[in-house]
Amino acid sequence: MSTARRLAALAATALVPLAVLGVFFVLPVSGMVGRGFWPHGHLDVGGVLDVLTRPEIRRAVWFTVWTSTVATLLAGALGLPAAYVLHRVAIPGRTWLRAILVVPFVLPTVVVGVAFELLIGQSGPLAFLGLDGSPVAIVAGLVFFNASVVIRVVGGAWESLDPRPAEAAAALGASPRQVLRDVTLPALRPAIVSASTVVFLFCATAFGIVLTLGGLRYSSVETQIYLLTTNLLDLQGAAALSILQLLVVTLLLLAAAAARRTPDAGVARSRARLRRPARSDGPALLATFVLLLLVVGPIASLVVASLRIDGAWSTANYRALQTPGAHQALLVPVTDAVVNSLRIAVDATWMSLLLGLTVAALVTRRSRSRSERHLRAVLDGLFMLPLGVSAVTLGFGFLVTLGRPPLDLRDSPLLIPVAQALVALPLVVRVLVPVLAGIDDRLRQAAATLGASPVRALAVVDLPVIWKPILAAAGFAFACSLGEFGATSFLVRDDRPTLPVVIFRLIGHPGDLNFGMALAGSVVLGATTAAVMLIVEQLRVPSVGTL
Amino acid sequence: MAGTPALSVRDLSVSYDGTPAVVGAGLELDEGQVLAVLGPSGCGKSTLLRAIAGLEPATGRVRWHDQDVSTTPTHRRGFALMFQDGQLFPHLTVARNVGYPLRIRRTPRTAAAARIAELLELVGLSGFEGRLPSTLSGGERQRVALARALAASPRLLLLDEPLSALDAGLRQRLADDLRRILVEAGTTAVMVTHDHEEAFAVADRLAVMRDGRIVQSGPIADVWRSPADPATALFLGYARVVEGAAAAGLLAAAGIPDSVSVALRRSALSVADDGPLKGEVVDVRTTPGQLRLVVRTDHGELDAVASLDRRPAPGDDVRLRVDATRMARLPGRSASHQPALD
Repeated sequence: MSTARRLAALAATALVPLAVLGVFFVLPVSGMVGRGFWPHGHLDVGGVLDVLTRPEIRRAVWFTVWTSTVATLLAGALGLPAAYVLHRVAIPGRTWLRAILVVPFVLPTVVVGVAFELLIGQSGPLAFLGLDGSPVAIVAGLVFFNASVVIRVVGGAWESLDPRPAEAAAALGASPRQVLRDVTLPALRPAIVSASTVVFLFCATAFGIVLTLGGLRYSSVETQIYLLTTNLLDLQGAAALSILQLLVVTLLLLAAAAARRTPDAGVARSRARLRRPARSDGPALLATFVLLLLVVGPIASLVVASLRIDGAWSTANYRALQTPGAHQALLVPVTDAVVNSLRIAVDATWMSLLLGLTVAALVTRRSRSRSERHLRAVLDGLFMLPLGVSAVTLGFGFLVTLGRPPLDLRDSPLLIPVAQALVALPLVVRVLVPVLAGIDDRLRQAAATLGASPVRALAVVDLPVIWKPILAAAGFAFACSLGEFGATSFLVRDDRPTLPVVIFRLIGHPGDLNFGMALAGSVVLGATTAAVMLIVEQLRVPSVGTL
Repeated sequence: MAGTPALSVRDLSVSYDGTPAVVGAGLELDEGQVLAVLGPSGCGKSTLLRAIAGLEPATGRVRWHDQDVSTTPTHRRGFALMFQDGQLFPHLTVARNVGYPLRIRRTPRTAAAARIAELLELVGLSGFEGRLPSTLSGGERQRVALARALAASPRLLLLDEPLSALDAGLRQRLADDLRRILVEAGTTAVMVTHDHEEAFAVADRLAVMRDGRIVQSGPIADVWRSPADPATALFLGYARVVEGAAAAGLLAAAGIPDSVSVALRRSALSVADDGPLKGEVVDVRTTPGQLRLVVRTDHGELDAVASLDRRPAPGDDVRLRVDATRMARLPGRSASHQPALD
């Protein structure tokens, strides 16, 4: 096949995912951004730039930068030792510990916000620390989520690290500390840089956690976009912030891609033997323990609080989930929202899986020319973009561009699943790409020379390797979709809400029963995503969550 | 089959991003014969093989008897390719790997089992049916890959450096096995290698490739006896190429007609008291079978051998006999052997 024909074939296959991305991502986001730039029918760039000089905007930008930086550093400080302990040291209960510490990544932000509030709020056990509504709480929440990213990314790399250079250094007289500094950390540097970039990215775009813990006193760029859009209807300001965010995030993604030059979490990899815990492991074990407290503390207090009413144990909060709450807090019972959430998550899962598989297959096929390689790299980057765009921007963009002719999809039952599928798409692609890229193309060629058609070659070469990652990606997408709040909150109708949206409404309404129901709902939601994630964890797919 | 070769490749070219990897290659091979494509690494020989299999986008023609297969997709060409590192399916047992082509062809189960056993016996791996590829040694894996390729009953078997991943002793043994297996099965095969001894052990015909072009081809003994140019001679295992007056002197001493240059095997000169050439020993090295010398003669420094019972030392004067069957007259000079790529 000639180069031109191959490029044409590539473009044809890319057409479906590109069309979906175009209609459901580029169109809404540019529609939203366009409204900011053309407020009164004519281009007003100056107005957008003026937004960035407003004091509250500058505060939000500064707040985002410093909380994200501190949270990234802390997540590294706790996550690196934990990655070492969980992947290199033989401690009892290691598998369970690892599962507990990696689950927070998919816990819905609303749930975590509620849990932290319970722990440090006015009547919580840690109220005396005076952290309620303080930036410390927000940073702690960010670390809660993102230490698991560090553990996954760096732990995977650490586990497959060739132990021989370290042994060589030790044989040359280096102490364990010197081995760590001179051999191990330099070898892990790509993984650490990659993890830090991703963590910073997640911190800088965190929405639910800042909204629930920051209240009105503190806002980040993301929550500021939300406030400007929904409360103040200042689309110009929101557009300016969205563009700023998109630029910064694109730069971060490029940096992460550069740091990733060294191998992704591979498929065929060596496993280092675990070592017995030694005295020198003390600090690492301590850091792991602190992280464990940070993760278990809020969740435990959430579970306990959901089961207590007026100082006594009770399941009344859970039973009340069959009602729409007190004082007409909701239009439908919470159980309806649960069913609705599950239904939407199923739709979002098959959509993101279908798109993700196509994209992953596209970007991992062997390129025959430089232009083809470039085209595939551009496609790869393009489908990472949803990671960088504020879910709020996406959600509101859906409303303004897809809510009226020619694309009136506002009442389509697939609108929310599509939005959630796009949010989950980068995660799905990142799970599948390293696995597909790890398959030696010559295996497929070997099958072909033995007489296997392309489909049969796929069945004998790709399928045995990819079925587990596909399941893992499905679980991952399902969990993300269940907990998605930012985009969904714009798109749900009050008579068909999702569980995270219902929880947020219940917190906002006065009344002990409503709050109790929010707690019970949070436990149900958290338990469901955690269960899905634990199943995914059992599949042992190294690339899950490494981004 | 005279006149109608089984495989014929005409003017085949492959290039990557404008960089030529194979340029205008032409090959012909009769049914049941084995052709070795010999060349240094990076010369394009593997690309040529993959293009014949239909795995590389190429211009030119590939024909099997009267059928033009240039545009036929790989899996319908009926050419099996055995990869350098085997490329066994890692999750399938040895039996299921070997049986894979049979399964594609819907061979009945009992017939397939019998054929698998037969092929494993042919490659000397009876009893390995249930093993996984990861539990096999490198040599065993290559044998399984060969059995799997043969199970496809290919019209043409393509072998991409089948032995080069193995250590020296094993390579020698497996090369002999490979020859026996190919002859027993009457397989038409093209093998690519960078090792001339491997080529001689396995093939009937030889094509020498350099810088993307086939520089010489023919029956293996012919190519061996008269290399097309000095670089080819050196690649075929000749130790040295001598030119000009020195070449004339050596050829005269051997009693064969004059030529521009001459390629010498290491054993072309041997120490003999009645030899026509005189020289001074510069270096002596002992090998298990003979002594290897470097001798300074009127024609420059040359390689020579001596039997182990002689004890020449550096500085000694010796007389040398010239063996005309261990030298090859070359048409060109070494300076002009590099063909330019367009």
